[in-house]
Amino acid sequence: MERIYLDNNATTIVDPAVRDAMDPFYCHMYGNPNSLHSYGIEVRPYMHQAMEQLYAGIGARDEDDIIINSCATEGNNTVILGFYFNLLKDTRKKHIVTTQLEHPCIRESCRFLEQHGVKVTYLAPDHDGMITARMVKEALTDHTALVSVMWANNETGLILPIKEISEVCKERGVYLHTDAVQAIGKLKVDLKDVHVDYLTFSAHKFHGPKGIGGLYIRNGASLPPLLHGGEQMGGRRAGTVDVAGMVAMGKAMELANTHLAYENTEVRRLRDKLEDALLKIDDILIVGKRELRTPNTVYVSIRGVEGEALIWDLNQTGIAASTGSACASESLEASPILTAIGADRELAHTGVRLSLSRFTTEQEIDFTIYTINKAVTRLRSFSTSY
Amino acid sequence: MYSDKVMDHFLHPRNVGDLPQADAIGEIGNPADGDMLRLFLKIENKTITRIRFKTFGCAAAIATSSILTEMAIGKTLDEALLISKDDVATALDGLPADKMDCSNLAADALHQAIRAYLAERV
Repeated sequence: MERIYLDNNATTIVDPAVRDAMDPFYCHMYGNPNSLHSYGIEVRPYMHQAMEQLYAGIGARDEDDIIINSCATEGNNTVILGFYFNLLKDTRKKHIVTTQLEHPCIRESCRFLEQHGVKVTYLAPDHDGMITARMVKEALTDHTALVSVMWANNETGLILPIKEISEVCKERGVYLHTDAVQAIGKLKVDLKDVHVDYLTFSAHKFHGPKGIGGLYIRNGASLPPLLHGGEQMGGRRAGTVDVAGMVAMGKAMELANTHLAYENTEVRRLRDKLEDALLKIDDILIVGKRELRTPNTVYVSIRGVEGEALIWDLNQTGIAASTGSACASESLEASPILTAIGADRELAHTGVRLSLSRFTTEQEIDFTIYTINKAVTRLRSFSTSY
Repeated sequence: MYSDKVMDHFLHPRNVGDLPQADAIGEIGNPADGDMLRLFLKIENKTITRIRFKTFGCAAAIATSSILTEMAIGKTLDEALLISKDDVATALDGLPADKMDCSNLAADALHQAIRAYLAERV
């Protein structure tokens, strides 16, 4: 059975060009870059090249830093916890503003800090699933030190107004962190245009490998390391540098930006085709206006069809999608986003996310449309609520 | 995550639908909590002769409802009352731990329907 992968907001296939770029660093160029011998020396130019690709990829300037780490979870924890030890712990500024939409690695880091006297405001999205700059502005107090707002939402694909939020933060002298894992490769991320102090990303979200990510720090600002040990990354993140991963992430970032136009034309066209077909089904809800979403994502709730049941129906025909709603493999809760936007509690258990990539084909979308219609008919035929 | 038997009953649920003029109806769960089951029984001579169900829920909820209908049919009411959640899970070759309570509502719905039926006849 041919399989169809529509869970690209969870992770992506490694682009063959990225795989080719990283391959030598597993086979014959495997030296530790900190070694003084030829094995170590020969890999260093490739690390520099990768850093240049990353700097160019997000519009970072020479005075800014990018710390290579293992993933966005590590980057996000470094920012939130590092901020505590750097600033919050010893001042009266003990307030962080974030949102209910954030990844658990932000939410749980903030909850951890709450145990240490930090006050955290978790902004709820409006009825469109959006967080506005005004909401952020109204949440700021004289004690606010940090705002952490994602650039684009993983479930709905909604793009948050990060530029406007950044202006609010800059005006009030508050640091801004953004988790940009769902933005890179789908949107133009240029930090010359947007005043962000910290930004996190993860290679596997833009067709790089898993286990490698980055943390941008504006103007090389001070931030204590999460991992202590050697002097790698200028002492800001200990641990032997994953050269292969770093080279791969640089290449993946470069390719992601090369393919941005395709993402916003062809991938968007396929997403819209899928969405138009879903809209023909009675009693459904699609969260967020499509022009405000990343071009690859549609999040749909279908009344009478519990989300996990639909996922299993799709999986039987080889289609991979995901649900953040009830009885998902690791979560029994209703979808937080659907609950937050005011969907009734039944509908909040029906959310299914379909996320495309530049490797998604027209035939795959056509088959998905056919299969979803069939599955909805079947599941609704014996649903108590339809 | 799910046994082949769970997937079989999820994909090919037995005894689905309404049962007009049912003698007893059991209803457990709440769509707001993610799972809801409605069970219809036809009872003759204190024996379950026909059974149907409708479910809003995950794969486990659908599979447990389906297999319960096969377990209960032909049983006397006293025998049916002895069917437990563990029996349902065992008949499906097991369920994930986090599905035992949230999605395995079928035995409860059966017991509720039978008790209501018996209460009416006291």
